[in-house]
Amino acid sequence: MLLQVKNLRSAYGALEVVRGVSLHVSRGEIVGLLGANGAGKTSLLRSLVGLLPPRHGEILMDGRSTLGQPPWRSISNATVLVPEGKMIFADLTVRENLLIGGYHNPDRLLQLDIVLDRFPRLRERARQLGGTLSGGEQQLLALGRALMGRPRLLLLDEPSLGLAPLMVLEVFAEIRKLRELGVTVLLVEQNVTATLQIADRAYVMETGEIILEGDAAELLHNPEVKRAYLGSTGREALL
Amino acid sequence: MENGSMALQYLLSGITKGSIYAVVAIGFNLIYSATGVLNFAQGEFVMLGGMVAIMLAQLGLPLVVAVGAAVIVVSAVGCLLEITFFRKLRHHSILHMIIITIGLSIVIQEIALHIWDEKVRSLPYFTGNEVSSLKFFGAAISPQVLWVLGAIAVSVVLLHIFLRYTLQGRAMRACASNPEAAMLAGINIPNMRTLSFGLSAALGGLAGCVISPITMTHYEMGAPLAIKGFAAAILGGLGNPMGGVIGGLTVGILEAFAVSRLPAAFNDVAAFVVLLLVLFVRPHGLLGRPGGEAVREH
Repeated sequence: MLLQVKNLRSAYGALEVVRGVSLHVSRGEIVGLLGANGAGKTSLLRSLVGLLPPRHGEILMDGRSTLGQPPWRSISNATVLVPEGKMIFADLTVRENLLIGGYHNPDRLLQLDIVLDRFPRLRERARQLGGTLSGGEQQLLALGRALMGRPRLLLLDEPSLGLAPLMVLEVFAEIRKLRELGVTVLLVEQNVTATLQIADRAYVMETGEIILEGDAAELLHNPEVKRAYLGSTGREALL
Repeated sequence: MENGSMALQYLLSGITKGSIYAVVAIGFNLIYSATGVLNFAQGEFVMLGGMVAIMLAQLGLPLVVAVGAAVIVVSAVGCLLEITFFRKLRHHSILHMIIITIGLSIVIQEIALHIWDEKVRSLPYFTGNEVSSLKFFGAAISPQVLWVLGAIAVSVVLLHIFLRYTLQGRAMRACASNPEAAMLAGINIPNMRTLSFGLSAALGGLAGCVISPITMTHYEMGAPLAIKGFAAAILGGLGNPMGGVIGGLTVGILEAFAVSRLPAAFNDVAAFVVLLLVLFVRPHGLLGRPGGEAVREH
């Protein structure tokens, strides 16, 4: 078991957004974390890396507790969060963005070559400022930057958000390929179908709690999942 | 021709003073972009640099050692300020932080007054003395001016190389660009913030040493430098370290020519006119981007 979360609770002030979540991710898995807007998925990911310090519960990475560690330590547990939205360094070049991703990796120059081979689009734009990339390229850059730290566990928050359909396909293809690298993925998405197609298992969150879990193939045909996603935001979520 | 060499004389004097403003402005920018704090104690670093170096030189240390040690001491003071005050005072409004830095600058002045009294002091000229001068197209310049310009040019270039081409420098820019993403890459943000204070203080301390033979060192010299350095930083574009160089030189040169035309009482007018004009006309400064750093709320 790579990641084990037990009864985790997190809050912004008095507002509890993660309410007793337990989940686990095994080595090599791609695990989806689904749910509507405001279900607490992002807050859960932020809690896992220490950006939102949990109030209660346990987080075990390789069986060791990571509770209470500052966010910049999460990478030393080989855990990297790729946050939602344009979280690249807009004023740094693409190359510099990637090198920062390898801040703690002594072989960062070697890794840079590997990542640039993987994302030829980024190699073409290596000298451009990050902020000048298109939304999809920025998402690839965020992914590449995360790989620079050679993570074992990658936490992806809505990687397809706001991307053109073709770019969504490309991003999901890249995520699927992560498996070959031996990277374990916890994937937060609103794009339910695409997520369940590449995931092994998935959890469904609602108002801060896990309401459903199971094999991806099973969930794909689960009427409960369809119900949860045919609400106001559901229609667009189904690709 | 006479007019021309006078103008050159003013220009040189403007560049000399302007290079000091540039250093203060760079200090403002480094700290602002890494921490969001507008540090009005920046001028005190210049004063402290001069004072510590003078004290060490009087103890009989060679000039180079005295200056080197002064830079290290002032840098340590800068780090200490960050660790003791700003690290604990995050999440306050930018205005609160400004008032805190002004308070700190007063405290530093008072401490300096107690240690070094109110006498005006100076370091000896690095080469030659107060009457030696070099001819330069009909204008006379003190060799010390070359020391000032040389020392500051070298430190600006080194800083640029640090920020552009080293991992720690890039990490510092990453913190300024997106602190949360920088943390997730494993950058220890509080340490980076301390480093930004240490670097700014070291630069200010060095400027205080090289300028001391020309402008003298006095416990009250920091506050006006902070204001002019701030004007220079705003002019160059807040948060852009190299913008501070352009801003500083501009303010210094304008000031030198203003002094030649206006009564002495209007000595500081140029800097304030620049400050107000920029704030009205182009609040993001010459090199800043509209809606970028300058209006970021912390």
